[in-house]
Amino acid sequence: MSQHRHPPVQVVVCPDGPLLVRGAIEVVGEGGEPIAADRPVVALCRCGKSTRAPWCDGTHKLLRRRRAAPTLQEGPDD
Amino acid sequence: MRLPRPRGPLSSHLVTLLREPVRRDRALDDVAATAVREAETVLADEDVQLGLLIVQELSHDGLDGVDDGWERSPDVVSARAVLEDAVEAELRAEVAPAVQQILAEARRDPATAIFALTDDAEGPSLAGHLQRLATRRELEEFLVHRSILQLREADGHTWLIPRLTGRPKAALVEVQSDEYGGGRLERMHAHMYADTLLAAGLDPEYGRYLDQVPATTLALHTTARMFGQQRRLRGATAGHLAGVEATSSMPNRRVAAAVRRLGLGDRAAAYFDEHVVADAVHEQVVVRDLCGGLVEQEPALLEDVVFGVLSCLLLDARMATAVLDAWETGSSSLLAEQPDRLGAVG
Ligand code: FES
Ligand SMILES: [Fe+2]
Ligand SMILES: [Fe+2]
Repeated sequence: MSQHRHPPVQVVVCPDGPLLVRGAIEVVGEGGEPIAADRPVVALCRCGKSTRAPWCDGTHKLLRRRRAAPTLQEGPDD
Repeated sequence: MRLPRPRGPLSSHLVTLLREPVRRDRALDDVAATAVREAETVLADEDVQLGLLIVQELSHDGLDGVDDGWERSPDVVSARAVLEDAVEAELRAEVAPAVQQILAEARRDPATAIFALTDDAEGPSLAGHLQRLATRRELEEFLVHRSILQLREADGHTWLIPRLTGRPKAALVEVQSDEYGGGRLERMHAHMYADTLLAAGLDPEYGRYLDQVPATTLALHTTARMFGQQRRLRGATAGHLAGVEATSSMPNRRVAAAVRRLGLGDRAAAYFDEHVVADAVHEQVVVRDLCGGLVEQEPALLEDVVFGVLSCLLLDARMATAVLDAWETGSSSLLAEQPDRLGAVG
């Protein structure tokens, strides 16, 4: 058996992006409600702007772009 | 899949030839070379793209009434190489300046460079038009365009798996497993797309609408398969998948909104909803672990990874432009359904 076994849950921090979580079963939402993690690896929003919270929906890219070009006025469309 | 209606000398030749028992056909190579030579652009040429799709189909779904043995016919293999080499050469020429522009940055930090490319992808927003303005007919046309690719979703890139080892392999298997539903058929993306078509009142059979789908859309499908089936192009395959995954979440959110706005309902939107969340995961794994891991193992592949990303963006933009241009003039973005010549009356 290998010396360093993988932990049952692994969290990967993506620079400028979400947290990738492998092995999560359930996420407890802001209101205390349980949200099933229904795929083997999920992406948790870290920027606070996702329209599908707690999951990442790629909206963090708009923030990154806005930071890069401060004159650009763009936000999520819906 | 049934044999499609020919669109020129190459596809005519193939449709006739492939109905026969497997045999040598020394003319095929010339027919393919001529089609390539006469095409203004092989990326948008109806006869070249359909011809390529037909020969590729021999390695995928097969064709009704066609002997599977044709797949290994030296003449078919050779013609396929003529077509794919021409497509690759044109793609490389088109994106070469953009590849060179990003290469130094990509050497320092491949993931950041790839995300910079996909975040700044230019070209008209088909999803934006669908969300805000599209008519129901336009949305249905969009679903028909995508039916060619999505009913066989993920297959093109799956060819890459056995050519990888270590970290990039683990990453690709993780993503592809999710594409195929993680063992649950109802979660398989291709299956979910079939459900969307059904919910929209369209036919979920693969190839059913092929005769109406133009070359600019077929090119998305044929290119993924062309990359995926060649070991030499493993870097480009990984990059192409990064291009797909990293330009998916936000557009799919818009398409899901369009589906609901036009009253097709939640069942039809489920495929697009799924991609908002799934591809926010996939893009991270594909860009960082598949592409990043592959380049770490084989630094010489970096240029091809970037080539793959940019090829994907270029073809997406061309398809979107063609579709939106047609809609702007009030025409259909699909090819007209013509009666079969044999069956045509008067
Ligand atoms: S981290 Fe991706 S949307 Fe917030
Ligand atoms: Fe998918
Ligand atoms: Fe995906």
